[in-house]
Amino acid sequence: MTVLHAENVSYDIAGRSLVSNIDLACESGQFVALLGANGAGKSTLIRMLSGLQRPSRGEVRLDVRPIRAIDRRELARRRAYIPQNARVEWPVAVERLVALGLMPQIPVFGDLDKAAWRKVEAALALCGLSHKTGQPATTLSGGELARAMLARALVGEPEIVIADEPLSGLDPKHAMDGVARLAALARSGRLIIASIHDLTLAARYATHVAIMRSGRLLAYGPTASTLTSSRICAAFDVDACVQGSGAQAIVDFIARPDTSALHPGLAPA
Amino acid sequence: MVRLPQAPLPLMLALLLAAAGASLVIGKVWLPPVVLFDGLAAPKPNLAWLIVTELRIPRTVLALMVGATLGLGGAVLQGLLRNPLAEPGLLGVSGGAALGAVVAIYFGLATRFALATPLLGIAGALAAGALTFLFGRSGTLTLILAGSAVSGLAAAGLALALNFAPSPYAAYEITTWLLGSVAEREWSQIALCTPFILAGWLCLAATPRGLDALTLGEAQAESLGVNLNMLRALALAGVALSVGAATAMAGAIGFVGLVAPHLVRPFVGYRPSRILLPSAVFGALLLLVTDIAIRVIPTSSELKLGVLTSLIGTPFFFWLVLRLRRLSP
Repeated sequence: MTVLHAENVSYDIAGRSLVSNIDLACESGQFVALLGANGAGKSTLIRMLSGLQRPSRGEVRLDVRPIRAIDRRELARRRAYIPQNARVEWPVAVERLVALGLMPQIPVFGDLDKAAWRKVEAALALCGLSHKTGQPATTLSGGELARAMLARALVGEPEIVIADEPLSGLDPKHAMDGVARLAALARSGRLIIASIHDLTLAARYATHVAIMRSGRLLAYGPTASTLTSSRICAAFDVDACVQGSGAQAIVDFIARPDTSALHPGLAPA
Repeated sequence: MVRLPQAPLPLMLALLLAAAGASLVIGKVWLPPVVLFDGLAAPKPNLAWLIVTELRIPRTVLALMVGATLGLGGAVLQGLLRNPLAEPGLLGVSGGAALGAVVAIYFGLATRFALATPLLGIAGALAAGALTFLFGRSGTLTLILAGSAVSGLAAAGLALALNFAPSPYAAYEITTWLLGSVAEREWSQIALCTPFILAGWLCLAATPRGLDALTLGEAQAESLGVNLNMLRALALAGVALSVGAATAMAGAIGFVGLVAPHLVRPFVGYRPSRILLPSAVFGALLLLVTDIAIRVIPTSSELKLGVLTSLIGTPFFFWLVLRLRRLSP
């Protein structure tokens, strides 16, 4: 059992507080959807949970050890991180891109052995990319690239996968595919943390939701009891209704008449 | 799994050997192999032996070392910055080396003491590298910006030296030195810069893993356990030592560091780690062949190595622009 615990973490930059006093503990088997408006501090929290950003105050612990004290390569083996809009910089072949995920496993000098290539093939198959072998990664479509990045993250079989908006820019089918894949990983005993903007998909697939507003944690708990219309309203400043639960859940937004009105100065005379 | 074609490294090494052989033969005095071997067998010193050991071999060795350094430095910087326009001069070390060497010429130290030019050149490169690191260590973009600031400072210093040159002859000497050449360098000068070049190569040889990880961008590279600050420091130290020492010896030689990585990249499946060695070998080959070419091309006064590499390199640059324009909508 792996426990990732953000203990009262805060992050300030240039006098502004991006994340303040968030306490959040997650463990294996959970699929935690991180929800919140743009600028709520999701990405900062994700970087701190990944051990890539040192909190200004507080500490992130992975199984009681401070995450920043864990050896870089050991941490890289245990948790995978996928940033928002992950890009590939050179036209390397897709399987080479995925194989980069094995970097913490292989010795400093030396190439991948047969066993490593089998892992790469398995990860490609898991993400439905086996037919893309040999193709330059720069020529993949948005959905394929997102899947390649997921395969890259999974190839090392990490205990924790942390993804920053893994569904952004994906069409409905690929977004549903992606989130279902993350949910399946959580069911297989990994800890998945992902920031997600599509609340319906979060309501359907996430086991837990963490709702943020202005750098603070509004609520954290099992999806069904935590994702309520009043909390969505508080986090996103829109009226929302949550219908059903589990696989049938739907979250819809209702525009407020006053917010859509034009500023008096701009209204036609 | 589909494996992409491997670099034709054996072919390049064979070409390199052939070019090195040709470099001993070709020059103002042609030394066909028969004469060459006769000279080596005959009682020393004789003319052929002197030409080969005091002129041709140092020149060849220097061209190989400088070319390999530029190719390697360019490959590492393009990988680190993930920018196809990165070249070894980008971090200001070439400018610093040139300024140091020019100071030696300006104050007449070079005429009194043969090692003054490379010594001050290396000192200039290290100072420039330290300045770039001091201001630019926090990120890749700041590293580039700090590098251009240091380059600008060095260029201003060079302009100042030309402005206040004590005599037209000194100004002429400075400009010719800046054009870049590997001719007429003494063994003692080569011996002085070799440890710096080797130390630089060692630093650069520690970067390939990190460069591969950077294929995924800085955030993912860091998440894969790459220490980006360490990687930047290694690349800068390696370039400052090796390219700085090379520039201190041979002057400003452009385009080799830019061209070599590009030409070998498709052969290694665009993997940044696999570019380093072929790029170094190709850089060495390119510079040596260019140096042989300037000996053969009949010109009234000697065509300088740096001039020809720029002349050859510029069309390549245009090709690069065209290719990028085709690739991006």
